[in-house]
Order: sequence, then C-alpha cells, then structure tokens
Amino acid sequence: MTVPSTAGPVGSPSPAEPLAPAAPPCSSGRVFLAVLSRDVHVTGKELVAFLAQTLIQPFFFLFIFVKVLSNAGFVTTGYGAIMLPGLLALNAFFGGLQAVAFPLVLDFAWTREIEDRLLAPMPIPLVAVEKMVYGALRGLAASLLMVPIGLLVLPSVSWPVGGLAPALLCTVLGAVLGGTMGLAIGTLVPPRRINVLFAVIFAPLMFTGSVQFPWLALSSERWFQVLCAANPLTYVSEGIRAALVPSVPHLPFGLCVAVSVLAIVALAWVGIRGFMRRALD
Amino acid sequence: MTTDGSVRRSTGDLNGPLGVLDSATGSPTGVVLSVSDAVVAPAGPAVVAKDPAPRLAVEVTALVKRYPKSPVNAVDGLSFAVRRGEIFGLLGPNGAGKTTTVGVLTTRVLPTSGTARVAGLDVVRDAVAVRARLGVVPQRVNLDRSLTTRNNLVFHAAYHGLSRADRTARADELLDRMGLADKAKVSVDQLSGGQSQRLMIARALMHRPEVLFLDEPSTGLDPQARLFVHDRVRALREEGVTVVLTTHDMDEAAKLSDRVGIVDHGRMLTVDTPGRLVRSLPGSATLEVTVRGSDVPAVVLVAALAELPGVERVEQVGAPDPAAPDGAGGPDGDEPGGGSSGGAGGPGPDGGGARLRVYVAAEPAALVGPVVSVLAARDASVSDLSIGVPSLEDVFIHLTGRDLR
Repeated sequence: MTVPSTAGPVGSPSPAEPLAPAAPPCSSGRVFLAVLSRDVHVTGKELVAFLAQTLIQPFFFLFIFVKVLSNAGFVTTGYGAIMLPGLLALNAFFGGLQAVAFPLVLDFAWTREIEDRLLAPMPIPLVAVEKMVYGALRGLAASLLMVPIGLLVLPSVSWPVGGLAPALLCTVLGAVLGGTMGLAIGTLVPPRRINVLFAVIFAPLMFTGSVQFPWLALSSERWFQVLCAANPLTYVSEGIRAALVPSVPHLPFGLCVAVSVLAIVALAWVGIRGFMRRALD
Repeated sequence: MTTDGSVRRSTGDLNGPLGVLDSATGSPTGVVLSVSDAVVAPAGPAVVAKDPAPRLAVEVTALVKRYPKSPVNAVDGLSFAVRRGEIFGLLGPNGAGKTTTVGVLTTRVLPTSGTARVAGLDVVRDAVAVRARLGVVPQRVNLDRSLTTRNNLVFHAAYHGLSRADRTARADELLDRMGLADKAKVSVDQLSGGQSQRLMIARALMHRPEVLFLDEPSTGLDPQARLFVHDRVRALREEGVTVVLTTHDMDEAAKLSDRVGIVDHGRMLTVDTPGRLVRSLPGSATLEVTVRGSDVPAVVLVAALAELPGVERVEQVGAPDPAAPDGAGGPDGDEPGGGSSGGAGGPGPDGGGARLRVYVAAEPAALVGPVVSVLAARDASVSDLSIGVPSLEDVFIHLTGRDLR
C-alpha cells in the first residue's frame, strides 16, 4: 500500500517553483480540526437523531432485563450492577462504530461526499484518523449520556469513587476501539453487503462482548467463552466492571487495558489501509 | 512549441470499418494527418522541455496508469503540458483515459509510471501541497448533503485553511456570482442539476486555486445553465486561473479552450488550438453543388471539377446516374470504401441532375466562381450551392474513428 507523501510544507522542494505566491500555508493539524468540526457540526444538526440512536436501545435493555425481569423474579436484583457497566461499554463501542462504519460505506459507494475532504490539503491517512476520532467522541458521549439514565433506572447502584477514573479510561478506550473498528468495517465491507452488516457483524459483536454477563461466569460454556475472548469489546466491558463493581469476578484490569490498546492499534492499521485503498485508485 | 509531428491513428483503427464519410462534411476517416505544434506521446517530454518561456501549470510526462486486474493501460504514455492561465480542453471518447488523467492530476489516482506536476509540484510526492493549489469540479455531484448550500462553501474553505472572516465573505461573494444567493440556506438536496453544478464550481473556487479541473462541466445541463457555466469559465481566464476541462462536447471545447488535446486509448493524439486543428484537417472544407439540366454524365463533371486548382477531390453524392462507377473518389484515392454509397438511394428519376461534393484545400468561398463556370461551360446549371466548414468534431472523428466505445 502506497501512502501518499505526507511530505513537506507547502512549497516543498521542487525543480520548478510554484506559480503563484503560495496560499497561506495551513498546517495539517488545522485542516484536521476543520474536518472534525464538520462532523461535529453535522451531529449538532442531528442531535435528536443522535440521542435516539444512542439511548433508546440501552434504555430498553436496562428496563427489560433489569427492571422488568427482576421485579418478576426471573433475574436476581444484583444483575443491574453487572449489566450497567456492560451497557456503558456497549454504548461507547457501538456509538463509535456506528458513527463511522455506515456513513463510510455509503460515502465511498454512492454519495462520494467525502471527496471534498480527501482533496483537503492534509495527508489522506489523517482523514481516516479524523473518522476514528470523531467516532470515538460520539462513542464517549453516548456512554456518558447513559450514566444518568442508568442511575435513574437503577437507583440502588453505587460505584466506588476510586473506580471512576479507571472506568473512564476504559470507556475512552472502548470508544476509540469502536471508531477504529467502524473504520475497518466501513472500508472492508463491500457496499452490496451492507444489509448483512447487522446480522453478521453487529449482532455477534453485541452478544459476545461480555456486555450482559461477566466473562468468568462463562466457564461452563467453554466454547462461548473462547469466542467472547476474541471480541475486543469483552475487555472494555470487563475493564469497566473491574473498576466499578470490583466485587464481581472479572478479568485483571491491566489485561483489559492492554488488550484494548492492542486491538485499537491493529484495527487502526487495518482501517487506515482499507481507507487508503478506497480513497486512492 | 513548434515541433512538427505527424499524428497517426493506431493501426487497429486504420483497419476498422473505414471509408465511411462524416455525414456533415464528408471528411474521410482513417487518413494520416500532419499537424504542426503537436505533442505526440511518447515524444512528449522533449516537446514540453523545449518551451521554457511560459511557466507551466500542468506538466504530464509519459504518464501510465494501469488499474489492477485490467489487461490494458487506462493511460498509456500520455504527455502534455498546460500553460499558466490557459483554458485547456482534454477531449476523447468515453474510456479514453481523460478522467483517469484528471484523477492523477488531482492526486486521487496513483500513476503506475511517469510523472505529473501541477503548479510545478509533483502530484505524488507533494500531494498535500498540490491539493492546496487545485480545485476540482467532478463529473458527478458530490456535494455534502448534510450541509446547507452556504456551508458547503464555508466548510470547504475551512478545510483549506481560510480564516473565518475570509470564509464567509468569499462564500457570499461566490454564491452571488453563481446566482445562488437565494439558495444559501437550503439543503443541497433541493438544488437542481444546474444549481448543484454551479455550487460545485463555487466550492472549487473558494480557496482560490491556481489550477481548476472541470470534469465534463456541462453534462446534463440545460442550455441556459451551460451558457452560464461557460461564461464563468471564461471569466476565470480573465482572473488568471488555469482551467483544464475534459469534455466530449465538441462545441464546448471549441468555444472555451485556448488549446485542446485529443486523447484516445490513453494516448495524446494531438494538441493544438481548435482553429488550427480544424484547418489542419485536409480537404475537409467542402462545396456542395446541385446541378440540373445537364446531359453530360456526372462523371464528366466530376472529372472536370477535379482539374481545378485548389480542389482536392470531387465526389458525387446522391447521384441519379446508374452508370456512375463505384467510388467517384478523387485523385488521391485514399478512401478504400468509396464515398458514394449514398448514391444507392439516389434522388428522383428526372435524370440530368447530380449532387456533387467538392473537397477543397483552401478557402471554399474562393472556389465558388471557378466551380460554377466549369459547370456552366458544360451546360450544367447550378441550382444549389452550399459551403461546408469542418468543425472540431470532424477532427475528433478523424482522429478517433467512428467505432462506438
């Protein structure tokens, strides 16, 4: 994969000097922020849709599985404390993933709206990085918005203050992970296959991510436990759980952080490669 | 640039179903054409290098692009140069490699080999700097549908580092210039085809590019919108912006371009001003004469006219004379199929009339008198006479053939 030159400042060395006085040189950082501000601006315009997309599904998860089923006696009362951290992870991860994957598939296949940004004066990999960062911001917002809703539905839940910072770290990692996976999926899934995205990718990711159960509780279902171990979302869920409800058996916090970071690096590499392949012929 | 080059269509084309006459002017296809001031790939680099005086806005040297899994090169050794401030038309049939070439120049397609420079900068090595200096109006609408008309301009300017004040001022100015001021706040979904096109031009101009690439700028536009776009493009030249436009609308190319390059099969066939290209087409200016009341066989008239100085050849079109041999072709006889097939369904049985097409090398009007007197001397009275002037389209067809792509 050839990555286009990120070389040099505007007016970098060349045999023929530029024709006209150079346009005011603008740093890639400034361009990056401008492109990011476009995505933030669009999210602001579609705030209601964003909130609905972010909050309705996890709310029903909480309400049905924790409130309804525990009131009916099918689920123990402590389940809410296990489920809520998982939902924070889920929201961070899927918030990031969905913000990137879908628009990207559509963009490259049909609308080509992203072309104007690909023609912006910054290295093209930075456009991909912007997508990931934007996805991560959306995921983080989605997760943080879930906190008051969770505490409202589950008034009995309480978290140790010392666990808040580690939980936030894992949430951020989960959001970045979602953004990078969204980039990878958005550039690897052929547009014709977009309809199977939900069934083949989203649903398995959602139910093998140790969101609704602690990973260690799966010891009786060994094959499923192995499957869940392959889903990076597991480490985000377990990490947040380790920070917020340490009494529940969980994977070591350090392991969760390490695997999350590794998964981010790997998926970012895959995603940027895929992005470059789509962006350049 | 004063390099003499002869332009020759690829042998494959010469073997094609030729000998067909262009319906408008009867210009034969499949003939070797000599054009001065032509850049002929792959001799291009030398030609480009000879011209140090005007600085070049675009330099393409031996450019090759082969897409993965494709058996042939989409661009196959293309070379040409565009001077600063010039409007350059890149013509070619569908699939000739125009859009790929523009893709390379706009840093979106990576060349397989060869080099391309825009505003003096290499499009691969200095891609970021090149992007700051060029504007692109693509073939297909790719406006940001999540943004309003005005914000499409404002955000584009932000991507290019314009200051906040500059962004808004310039957006308003360009909206005004493009006749879109009243659409500033609407979603781009609500724009018509012509409005979208104008907005894309405005967007491309927001960051004051040195070189503007217009890919098929008026495809699908109504005549009003097309004229408007043409006016805007000409206005850009006044401002010193270099414009590279691809099109297969010959009228558009002839009207707008200072020079045109004709591309086919990924190669540059010829580069020159539209006027010179047309004039270089041999024997393509014609006089079409209809004669009545002559008992003289048409072949005799043809032979007599062919003797006139300045006449390249004469042929009979739509002749009623069944005795006429196939192919009344002129002395140069370079037309394998003969051009008179139109005679098969020739006009009326009234006899004693013929339609003759006289191919002239020089100004056709100057030959009106001699032609009429030659015919009058043989008792053939002229009932109709018209002058056919070749167009860029004839040059295009001449060079690229008539085969459908």
